[in-house]
Amino acid sequence: MNYFEHIGKYFLMLKHVFRAPQKKKVFRESLFREIEDLGLKSLGIVVFISFFVGGVVAIQTALNIDSPLIPSYLIGFATKRSIILEFAPTFVSIILAGKVGSFITSSIGTMRVTEQIDALEVMGINSLNYLILPKVVAALFFYPLLIMLSIVVGIIGGYFAGVLTGLFYAKDYIFGIQLEFDPYLLQYAMIKTFVFAFVIITVPAYHGYYVKGGALEVGKASTASVVWTSIVIITLNYYLTQMLLS
Amino acid sequence: MIQVIDLKKNFSGSPVLKGISTIFEKGKTSMIIGQSGSGKTVFLKCLLGLHSPDEGTILFDNRKHNELKINDQRQLRKEIGMVFQGGALFDSLNVEENVMFPLKMYTKQTHQEMRERVNSVLERVNLKNSQHKLPAELSGGMQKRVAIARAIVMNPKYLFCDEPNSGLDPKTAILIDNLIQEITKEYDMITIINSHDMNSVMEIGEKIMFLNHGQKAWEGSNEEILKTDNETVVDFVYSSNLLKKVRKAYLMEM
Repeated sequence: MNYFEHIGKYFLMLKHVFRAPQKKKVFRESLFREIEDLGLKSLGIVVFISFFVGGVVAIQTALNIDSPLIPSYLIGFATKRSIILEFAPTFVSIILAGKVGSFITSSIGTMRVTEQIDALEVMGINSLNYLILPKVVAALFFYPLLIMLSIVVGIIGGYFAGVLTGLFYAKDYIFGIQLEFDPYLLQYAMIKTFVFAFVIITVPAYHGYYVKGGALEVGKASTASVVWTSIVIITLNYYLTQMLLS
Repeated sequence: MIQVIDLKKNFSGSPVLKGISTIFEKGKTSMIIGQSGSGKTVFLKCLLGLHSPDEGTILFDNRKHNELKINDQRQLRKEIGMVFQGGALFDSLNVEENVMFPLKMYTKQTHQEMRERVNSVLERVNLKNSQHKLPAELSGGMQKRVAIARAIVMNPKYLFCDEPNSGLDPKTAILIDNLIQEITKEYDMITIINSHDMNSVMEIGEKIMFLNHGQKAWEGSNEEILKTDNETVVDFVYSSNLLKKVRKAYLMEM
């Protein structure tokens, strides 16, 4: 199957996903389960990575600004911008593509090869809608919160890294992160987050839903889904940045 | 009654089903047998609507399966129960939730009413105290019984089973066979079983259809299969020495 056929099949899949749920109560239950599986269970890794990467960004910025003519509050300013514009929405999304994407592909793929999806179809249930829609809604609702948290923790990580290593003063860093605050940048970050959240769920779901074979194929599909989700995120990141910031 | 008329199905140009016609009757256990690759699973999946036939008609009590409107198709699917080869139980749900699933999707019953119905079908398949176990904690035979419970919880008119006793020990296999046959009579269903197990075929096959290279090669009852002189059927069914002896003894007795 060539790339165009895959793209066509992906959009046809979306057509079946975005239908009204057959039973609202069952959908609500699935939604809460997905918020826990895809969102709450990712909190730990997001906080951990954001804290340390925020620290690294601050240290690298500090080490690269060695001219006495450049004020040290720019370290806080640059760290804040890097985290809001790129690190939190894009880098964290790629990490989530690995963690959540492989989980989605393997769980849906296993359902496919063990005939659980056939069982849903025989019962007259739209399996795409039942399995994927709650995941998409959970991600669109929860990932913006996760990215906001990542921004806050990243900036805090930068503060601790710089202050504890003595690379800059706390008051300069705090002044820097308050300097020229532009709410549009947060808006930009949130738009990217929504788009990436959609990709993080639907691309791995596509790979899992159409898997054929057994355990080995599910494993291969998981790897392929992480690779393709990352490629799509990086490509869309480029176009979104051009569209929204230029 | 399920009526199949001239059913044909091709995959990538090669014919898998080559014009099968047959009738499955109410209250009877029908078996589909044949070698691997003979088209049994494709035939069953066509009946279930998981594959759409290229040609031919499938009538469920005079309703054309492939020409029904979405709502009528949904209604028909509520009348179908299916036991998959591996059970196909939902891993993340426990036994009670698995059996309750069709009720949750299709009825407006209260939780208490659903629990009562689930308990009664679990009791029927002799699994009363396993409600809170996950599928992974069950043996193969228990998983099959949960699958049967889930298939009959909506009081289906049609029950389909894909190799229901594959991977089971002979004793459990007989239990599952008997259970399916009893349920068929009790619920007055049309039961269609895909099987490789000749013991099951002899025990509960009230109607047997033998598929060979995508064609119906023979049709009859479990008594008739002992007497048949159709070489292809004899070659397949009596391939083991034990069954050859059974057949010889039966024919001598006659």
